[in-house]
Parts: sequence; C-alpha cells; structure tokens
Amino acid sequence: MSSTAGVAPVAVTDPDPGSGPGSGPGVDTGADPGSDGSGRRRGRVGYLLLLPGLLWLIVFFVIPFYSLLATSLYDPAGSDFRGYDMTYHWANYWDAISEFKVPLLRSLGYGAIATLICLVLGYVLAYTIAFKAGRWKNLMLVLVIAPFFTSFLLRTLSWKLILADDGFVVSTLQFLQLLGDDGRLLATPVAVVAGLTYNFLPFMVLPLFASLDKIDPRLIEASSDLYANPVVGFFKVTWPLSLPGVVSGTLLTFIPAVGDYINQVLLGSPNQRMIGSVIQSQFVDANNYPSAAALSMVLMVLIVVMVLVYVRRAGTEELL
Amino acid sequence: MRWVREHLVLLLGIVVLVYTFVPIFIVVLMSFNDPASRNVYRFDGFTLDNWTGFCDAEGMCAALGRSLAIGGLSTLVATVLGTLMAFALVRHDFRGRSATNLLIFLPMAAPEIVLGSSLLALFVASGFAGQLGFWTILIAHIMFCLSFVVVTVRARLAGMDDTLEQAAMDLYATPAQTFWRVTFPLVFPGILGAALLAFSLSFDDFIITNLNAGTTTTFPMYVWGANQRGVPMQVNAVGTLMFVISVSIVVLGELGNRRRRNALT
Repeated sequence: MSSTAGVAPVAVTDPDPGSGPGSGPGVDTGADPGSDGSGRRRGRVGYLLLLPGLLWLIVFFVIPFYSLLATSLYDPAGSDFRGYDMTYHWANYWDAISEFKVPLLRSLGYGAIATLICLVLGYVLAYTIAFKAGRWKNLMLVLVIAPFFTSFLLRTLSWKLILADDGFVVSTLQFLQLLGDDGRLLATPVAVVAGLTYNFLPFMVLPLFASLDKIDPRLIEASSDLYANPVVGFFKVTWPLSLPGVVSGTLLTFIPAVGDYINQVLLGSPNQRMIGSVIQSQFVDANNYPSAAALSMVLMVLIVVMVLVYVRRAGTEELL
Repeated sequence: MRWVREHLVLLLGIVVLVYTFVPIFIVVLMSFNDPASRNVYRFDGFTLDNWTGFCDAEGMCAALGRSLAIGGLSTLVATVLGTLMAFALVRHDFRGRSATNLLIFLPMAAPEIVLGSSLLALFVASGFAGQLGFWTILIAHIMFCLSFVVVTVRARLAGMDDTLEQAAMDLYATPAQTFWRVTFPLVFPGILGAALLAFSLSFDDFIITNLNAGTTTTFPMYVWGANQRGVPMQVNAVGTLMFVISVSIVVLGELGNRRRRNALT
C-alpha cells in the first residue's frame, strides 16, 4: 500500500457525500416515492448493495483486530507448534514495551522528523502548484503522482545508489566540508529519514494542494491592500486557511512513516531497527506471536490517540 | 536577479518536483546497466541485455506473473464490491451510515504493519497458518483496496450533477435504462480510476503481503529478497516498464477527457 498517494487525501478531505450537488433538498425526482428530500432512497436495496463489501471488511478487518487483541493476551509460554492458551496475560504489553522501547521511540522520532521536512517541502510544492503554476497546474499534479508508479522498493533502492559512500552526494558534502572525510550517509539515521521523507512526500502534497487550491486569491490581495507584507499575509491569511490540509497531510505522512521499515532496512543500519521490522521479525522469524501482537496493538493505540488529539486541537472534524 | 526574486516560490517548487524524479532517473538508467559484479550499485557500462533477457533473472518473471494475477483478481473483486458500496452510501439511506464510513476510513488510516499482523493473527488463530500463500495474499489485498475504491467512486458520484438522470426519467426511461445509459457512463471514469489505483496498490504492496505470503513470492518480495543476494538489473527494466505504462494510461486518459470536453463545448 505504499503508493497510496492518489486518492487517500481525497478520502480525508472529501466532504460529506450527502452534501454534494444534486442531492440537495428541494429536488423532487417525481419518479422516486421513497425519496426523503436528501435525494437518497430508503429501502432494502441500499443494504443489499452494502452487504458484500461490508461483510468482507468485517471478516477480514474487524475480526482480525479482535484476533490480534486476543493473540496479544495469550500465555507467552506457548509456541507455534504446541499452541497458545488464552490467559489474559496483560504483562505481555509491559514486557514488549520495555524490551522494544528503543525501536518504538526511534520510529516515532524518525516519523516526526520526516513529517516535518515533508511539510516544508510539500508546502512549497503545493503552494507553487496552487498559485504559481497557471495552465501547468494539471501537468504538475500528474508529475507529483508519477514517481509513485515505479515500485516503492525500487525507488528506495535507488537512494542506496545516490547516497552511496563513493557517490556524488557524499563527495559533494565532503567537498563542502559538511561531512568528514570518513563520513558516510548510507547506514545512518540521516539516510533513513531522507528515504522516509522522499517516499511519503506526495501524501503531504496532495491534501495541502486540495486546501490551498480552495483559497480565494482575493483574500490574499485584500491583505496586501491593507498593507500586510507578503510574509505577514502568508501567516495571517494563507497558513490558517490551509490548516485542514496541514492536518490531514501530517497524519497521512506520519502514520505510514512510523509503521514503515523498508527504508530502515534498505538504507539504515541493522542495529537501529524501527518498530515495523521488530513486529515483522517477532511474527515471522521468532514466532513470538503474543509479543508481536502486543506491539502491533501498542502502535495502533498510539496512532489512534494521536489522531484524536491532533484532530481535536486543530479543530477539524473533516477527517471522518 | 529580480526575475529570480519574483519567481522564487515557483523555482523552489520546481526544484522539489525535480528531486522527486531523481530515483526514477536512476531506475531507468540502471535498466541499461551492465554490472561488473552482482552486488554493485554503480553504472558500469551500457547494455540492452536487461531488456532482451528480461526473464533471465531467476524467479523474477514467475514472481511478476503472480503479482499481476493477484493485482488483477483483487482489483476485480475490490472494484465491484467497492462500487456497490459507494452507490449505497451516496444514493441510499440506511441505518449505521457513520459506523460504515468509519469502517471504510480505518483500513486507510491504520499502519500497514498493523493491518498485516492482525490478518496474520486471524489466519494463525483459525488454523490457516499452513495455507499462507496466493489466497491469503488475495484476501488481504482485496481488504485494503476496497476502502480506496469506495472513496474514489464515492467522490465521483457525490460530485455528479443528477439533472441528467432526472431528465432521462422525465423522458420515460425506466430505472434500469437510466442507470445503464446515463448514470453508469457518467460514473465510469471514477470506477476506472479506482480500479487503476487498486491495481497499483496491490501490485506494489510489500509489508502486508510479506506477513501473509508464507513461502509464496510476489514481485516486491522478489526485489526485497534480491537485495540480500545482489539485485539483478532486470528489476529496473520492470520498474521502467511500470512507470512508462502507467504514465501513458494517465496521459491518454487526460487527452481523452480533453477531447470530450472540447466536443461538448
């Protein structure tokens, strides 16, 4: 799901479908006796259309969550072969957190830094497309998504080549004295954050563009008529109006960046693991299901809490 | 100098855009690379071997075929189920609407590692741990593609003017005729876009697939494994091909739209 750029932001900034044009009140189709004035029909057909997809999500999304929760409470003394017993062993959580708190904190840190850099780069790009691109607007939007059509893994492997010890970037930085002669980028946190920033940038650009594009340029002109210089105008007008995009872009970048481990494994050092790779190896290599499930639950709860706090503080309920 | 100052934002924006294309340039370049040894990330010489001997990399084409099959099947199922759901959400009234919206939103918000591990927990708990492979990957892919299809089609439907449908009804078209001759053609671009998105999501997924694949290998898993052994340069040819094909589809779609718009005005 790495290449989710195109539509995820639309999902988040999508207005309530019921408020779209054509479903407004006062439209009487005449041929629709069940119409309730919202343009929506009542009756059994709706449930029938919904049922297959809903069932799929319940069986393969909701029930797995229950299963994950149950697994996180198994007796850790069990094993893949002998089977596990349900013992409500809440200590699994404490054990998992204390054993893996370093990768957990590292993931949150990498995710936060990458999100911040994405916000700066993404804002510049989204602002350019919304206000400066003119008739090239559509083309530039396509170009933002275009890199996504090449495999996530291949693009990340390319960074391995770009950041290599004998590569152009390292030698330039050494020439500029920004990096010592024996300094390197590959297998360092810098490379991992650079990779995360690169891979999740479009997740930031698209929602930012969506909210910047809605701003009426006359508001910005008005601020300059009232003697605000461009910088003041930006912070008093443009930035506040773009906040919904900032919020959804930040969440859409931060969440996948924290859970990702592809960048860390390909570009970073094996001694500095992120939580995703810990969960993966506890599940697949160590067969330590209770511990892996507990870590997964911790990650999910952390993210849900952050989403709720962030949404409340930024005052936007548009996310749902 | 004045020109630079006036266009500073535009220039910076273009710099960011160019930066996003640097890795693509490397992938295309490496598809013509003649590597001196197996584990070197360096351009050693020009060759067409990676293109003419496309399937010479052991196991790559089998993994590629499997990814195409899984991508095709999961796109088909997710698009059909998701389109039905989008119609229900926009056109029909029912109880539990906000719960349904939440259920559609959550799979897109959850980190992939959590989605993947929860499905694995279910497969293990229900005794399917030994059957991990093609079918479990397919189930997972349909699950995460579904939400993206729903929101894409829903956006198209919600933004659609329904006066054309009313006109058809006024002209005594039956509901079925109205649907097939008016509604469906209007929504079709949205459905097509959703299907393309679902396919690329499925084709490119690594984290969820890796947890639910057992010993079965998809293309991203092949690249991952190859990273440890030395990456065959043919994978760059696949990457280049993916880029060219999908960009062509987008460009052709855009041209088609433009021509239709011009024909209307």
